[in-house]
Amino acid sequence: MSDSAAVEAALADAHRREWARVLAATARVAGDLDLAEECVQEAYAAAVRAWAGSGVPDNPAAWLTTTARRRAVDVIRRESALRARLPLLVEPAGEPGEDAADPDAGDPTARDPDDRLRLVFTCCHPALAQEAQVALTLRLVCGLATPDIARAFLVSEATMAARITRAKKKIAVARIPYRVPRQAELPERLRAVLNVVHLVFTAGHTAPSGPSLVRADLVELAKGLTGTLRELMPDETEVRGLHALLLVTDARRATRTDARGRLIRLADQDRSRWDRAALSEAEALITGCLRMARPGRYVLQAAIASLYAGAPTYERTDWPQLVALYDELLRVWPSPVVALNRAVPLAEAAGPEAALNEVERLERDGRLSGYQYLPAIKADLLLRLGRGGAASAAYRQAMDLTANEAERAFLADRISSIRMS
Amino acid sequence: MAQYAVLIYTHDSAHDPAATAADTEPCDRHSDDLAASGVMIAAYALTPRDMATSVRENMITDGPFIDSKEVVAGFYVIEAPDLDAALAIARTNPVVGDGGGVEVRPVHSSYLRPATE
Repeated sequence: MSDSAAVEAALADAHRREWARVLAATARVAGDLDLAEECVQEAYAAAVRAWAGSGVPDNPAAWLTTTARRRAVDVIRRESALRARLPLLVEPAGEPGEDAADPDAGDPTARDPDDRLRLVFTCCHPALAQEAQVALTLRLVCGLATPDIARAFLVSEATMAARITRAKKKIAVARIPYRVPRQAELPERLRAVLNVVHLVFTAGHTAPSGPSLVRADLVELAKGLTGTLRELMPDETEVRGLHALLLVTDARRATRTDARGRLIRLADQDRSRWDRAALSEAEALITGCLRMARPGRYVLQAAIASLYAGAPTYERTDWPQLVALYDELLRVWPSPVVALNRAVPLAEAAGPEAALNEVERLERDGRLSGYQYLPAIKADLLLRLGRGGAASAAYRQAMDLTANEAERAFLADRISSIRMS
Repeated sequence: MAQYAVLIYTHDSAHDPAATAADTEPCDRHSDDLAASGVMIAAYALTPRDMATSVRENMITDGPFIDSKEVVAGFYVIEAPDLDAALAIARTNPVVGDGGGVEVRPVHSSYLRPATE
């Protein structure tokens, strides 16, 4: 590898792995998210030249952080008289002001992991709209550029830029503190963080629109974020639960569509091609978490996904156990979507009639109107009860509600197979 | 320290001119608590929605500006070091958990006429 190629590779690696660490540590000194971002970008740019000359440093994150923080301190000195910044409310971790006074003191990333946690919790503060939480997390924690985030969430670049700017402004004006929540607030605040990561994963796992079912880049980002969270909060069972859920769900990635990108149902997927290593890693995580008192939402979701995936064949899935896990999940997370998904194992454990009653009850409830999987599941059940006409109508209803091409094609296939039978 | 306005949203204000001390007791007790703790710097309890009059360009109408289930029943200004602290104070309002809620907004600036003789 040539020198410049080695530097480029080291930089790409540092961007992927260390962005959050460098930005989080810089933000504390800069006291301003925009300034911190500017300085971190400049530090990465400076690294191209510096590393080509003197080689890649042993600790690239420390080098980048020191460089970014020096710039931040320079800018603050130069501008303090000129412009009033809206300060980021940094709650001091050690003695107040020590960092701002000397950006080079000690290992600049030594305060880690707290700084990355501050960054994550600030991005996912419940005072910000969830779509803003997602955008900020991808931008500040993952280092994604605004146009990429806009593309991932199917909004214009201008809209996404405005969303991020507005969120940063609210952080400063409303004084959302740059700190890790106190123990008493932690469960609620952690839930917001996990929901954001799960949302990024879901957006990748089933892309809301477009030609392909999966957007691998978002899936990888979500997995990376979960890895970071586990490193930062190794004792939180819900973090482990989310990690397990992503592992199980993504272990089936290769078999969810055929060579032409068409959707394959769980029952028809080739189980021999699932990622066994990921599945057993998840299972070990889940077993550990279930032993703890009162498993939370993500642990239970992971346990459900793992039970589905662990069966030797779809037919031999442990349906009664699945229904029991769904009941448990409904207790901690009473969501109509969970109740709908429960209908699937219920149909096997108690028959399609019982499941259909449940789905129709949810339909009347109205909260899931617009949710494509309700008519899709209803159609499956109607079909099993020999009511082809009603099933066709329900499949068509589901089709009208999804913009994902792979899902639409799948539903169209189901409708034409009813006509032929 | 920063100032935050807390807007109380509930079905209606308890502070009817004919209200008894018992009617307004929960609100008044909360107000006394905040005043005693020193975090509150101003507070206004408003009369019920029936007393409201709304003004638009060519129209004066009876009732609150926005016709909805909840109205602003009162507001107060607190001082807090950050949003988390402000939200923690706001959350203790008795309307929270009684069908209503509060909105917390950072104060930009304020004016109070100096007291005259």
